[in-house]
Amino acid sequence: MNPIKNISRRTFVKSVGLASGGLILACNTSVFSDKEKDENKDLTNFNPNLFVQLNSDGSLILIASRSEMGNGVRTSLTSVIADEMDADWTKVIVQQAVGDAKYGDQNTDGSRSVRYLYEPMRKMGAMARAMLITAAAQTWKVPVTECTAENHVVLHSSGKKIAYGDLVEIAKNLEVPTEITYKNPKDFKYIGKKLRGVDTEEYSNGSAIFGMDKRLPNMKFAAMQRCPVTFGTVKSFDKTAALKVAGVIDVIEIPRIAKPFGTLGGIAVIASNTWAAFKGKDALKIEWDLGDNASYDSEKYMKQITENVHKQGKVGKDVGNVNKAFKNAHKIVESTYQLPHLAHAPMEVPNAVAWVQGDSCEVWAPTQDPQSARKEVADYLVTPEDKVTINVTFLGGGFGRKSKPDYVVEAVAISKAINAPVQIVWTREDDIKHGYYHTVSSQYLKASLDKQGNVTGWLNRFALPSIASTFSPGVDYPAGFEISSAANVPFDIKNMKVEVGQSPAYVRIGWLRSVINIPHGFSQNVFADELAVAAGKDPLDFRLNLIGKDRIEETEDPIKYNTARLKNVLKLAAKNANWGKPLPEGHAYGLSVHYSFYSYVASVVEISMAFNKVKVHNVYTVIDCGQTVNKDTIKAQMEGAAIFGMSLAFYGKITAKNGAIEQSNYSDYKMIRMNEIPKVHVEIVESTEIPTGVGEPGVPVIAPAIVNAIFKLTGKRYYNLPLSDYGLV
Amino acid sequence: MITLQINGEKHKIDVAPEMPLLWAIRDIVELTGTKYGCGIGICGSCKVLLDNSPVQSCMIPVSAAEGKNVITIEGVSKNLQLLQDSWTALNVPQCGFCQPGQLIAATALLDKISDPTDEDINEAMIGNICRCGTYQRIKNAIHRTVELKKQG
Repeated sequence: MNPIKNISRRTFVKSVGLASGGLILACNTSVFSDKEKDENKDLTNFNPNLFVQLNSDGSLILIASRSEMGNGVRTSLTSVIADEMDADWTKVIVQQAVGDAKYGDQNTDGSRSVRYLYEPMRKMGAMARAMLITAAAQTWKVPVTECTAENHVVLHSSGKKIAYGDLVEIAKNLEVPTEITYKNPKDFKYIGKKLRGVDTEEYSNGSAIFGMDKRLPNMKFAAMQRCPVTFGTVKSFDKTAALKVAGVIDVIEIPRIAKPFGTLGGIAVIASNTWAAFKGKDALKIEWDLGDNASYDSEKYMKQITENVHKQGKVGKDVGNVNKAFKNAHKIVESTYQLPHLAHAPMEVPNAVAWVQGDSCEVWAPTQDPQSARKEVADYLVTPEDKVTINVTFLGGGFGRKSKPDYVVEAVAISKAINAPVQIVWTREDDIKHGYYHTVSSQYLKASLDKQGNVTGWLNRFALPSIASTFSPGVDYPAGFEISSAANVPFDIKNMKVEVGQSPAYVRIGWLRSVINIPHGFSQNVFADELAVAAGKDPLDFRLNLIGKDRIEETEDPIKYNTARLKNVLKLAAKNANWGKPLPEGHAYGLSVHYSFYSYVASVVEISMAFNKVKVHNVYTVIDCGQTVNKDTIKAQMEGAAIFGMSLAFYGKITAKNGAIEQSNYSDYKMIRMNEIPKVHVEIVESTEIPTGVGEPGVPVIAPAIVNAIFKLTGKRYYNLPLSDYGLV
Repeated sequence: MITLQINGEKHKIDVAPEMPLLWAIRDIVELTGTKYGCGIGICGSCKVLLDNSPVQSCMIPVSAAEGKNVITIEGVSKNLQLLQDSWTALNVPQCGFCQPGQLIAATALLDKISDPTDEDINEAMIGNICRCGTYQRIKNAIHRTVELKKQG
């Protein structure tokens, strides 16, 4: 069945947010997504979830189902449809979809927006173009073969032309073609080119509306005090002082909702402005029942999970015979790596506007996952989902934090209680102290080398509180998806074992940009560097040998990894950095390579040290993410990933004492600033393979490359992060 | 009542004199381009020009802005508009949230130093955090603005 239909004359177009009129094509993207294809095999009922509308004034409306948070998705999707349709991309109007299953998978994480939508967008564009050409041919009474399309007009070989908008009335009555011809990629005008972001102007003049910028008539402002210990509850509270703060209207208790994305609960202060709400919150006197997590001490915890990885764990992978390889080894190398919790700390704190009216509710929120927000809100209000509207604003950064709509539920709870529209704003301190933290990890790696310096056996035993614990309390071992990126390492090693150690969770564990690839990318790349040293080989040659011959690795995933592509990015990064050539006195290189989100990334960093402080001068990153859509977005993501990776390498550390998070703001949870930045040089491999992840895969390579460079320069190996703990920054 | 002059317009507002200028701008005057990021004057998201000097508006009581000229990202100041053009031309923003503060800091820099070195830029921009990591493009956009000005 054709996954694309002409729905111009169907009445339901209004329900997807489009005005009637114009040529409207719709597509069911599930046939393009492996995941959804399996879940939705019955395609006999056409359930479109991707829409594009051409109006007679020439405007082309694209409904963006994915969230914009700096990932450039609105620009990328625009460029794909416009290119394949031969449309003028300045005529594209991007309309942001509300949260609704009718728009397909809207969860904007996992670096997959372009991967999921590239093919359907091209197909719709190609069909629209064919229909417009047919409409022109009918108008002129000429064969379609004499007509071509270019920049929003159809041209006839005689020189006649008609604008797309003028063809709408005819085209909308045509059947979609059964066979389509795609453009030859060499004729792409936008895809794979450098494009200006569609929202850049609004970002630069202050008119872009982020969640925090939403205003409604008579809207109240709220802030909330949550228990310092995760899942602690209110015993009693005194609101007298808070109510005396000028502007404070009310103080109410919001009970905890014990669900993965439910509110932590606490005391909410409602006021006439944000500042009064913040001041009122500070004036609250609350007695807490700290609960079971009050014992959490992250320093002691690190010792505990490190003990756990120094003894036998549960087996996650066992290939060949590691023990035999270790017994016959020429050399054994073993190391333990410890990485702390991290917080997302997007520049825009969690916030949401909600307005509950009767059994209906409308929300405006910076959310990466509006459907999940909708479900949580409907559950909270005990109302059907179609009574809940989730409007997606711009996101002032997400990094995974804004996939978790606990803050949306809070706004809804308060609006319902006070019967008025309300905006809840977290303080930065709330954001740092009550997050869904990136896991804390201890990893023990052991390997054997033969006389030639080949790796014969590899054991990776790690412990880290699992993301699964957020969804299934009590989970106290890493889950399958956390094991697979340690198990599916693209190394040609015959004897390999992965084990996991016990590691219960005492805070909410969430996913943060590049997720489990941060600890695994770090340990694998630093350990490989140590092995190169032990083998007396150059790290680049050693690594290429470790990856081994060209092959497609068999994994459970539908998309297989290709070691030739992995080696290629590594070689290119080394070439771009002039690896092996002399550097200025006191400078050194470190390298790192990692496969994640189906993309291949390598980085070489150049550092120097003065007065025992690290300075990163250059980062040479190469990414192979298949067919590129917007090259400038990919470049920007690699530049940003280098800074994000440096921030976690230099400063990233969240700790807990007596169950409470010790950091509070950018003062003690620091970020890289302008004076610390390196020059980031990015190369993007030309490829016609399917498009793969871009937003996340640039992050995991940075920290290990820096640590490897420090070793090269000083002969000292650092096993733990952040480097600020060693006084190195 | 406090009278604020923001982007050339007078606003009479009835707020506590110690309310930070940031919240008066965002919640009372309802100009939302100026952002809250940290509340303690260390991230730069809330920067505005106060009589042409860059200040963290989360740290300035609204009373201290009375009688002074406040310029926000929505305002007009020659270098601001030139910088905005470079920001767009070089695709500087990713999520965009910190960019109003970055642009105000850069405007103040060019108001003071017409042809800044990288060191001058580091010094002027060190107070502005960008979590997306757009620093390199910010630097390039400042240099581009200077180059275009030189060419007239």
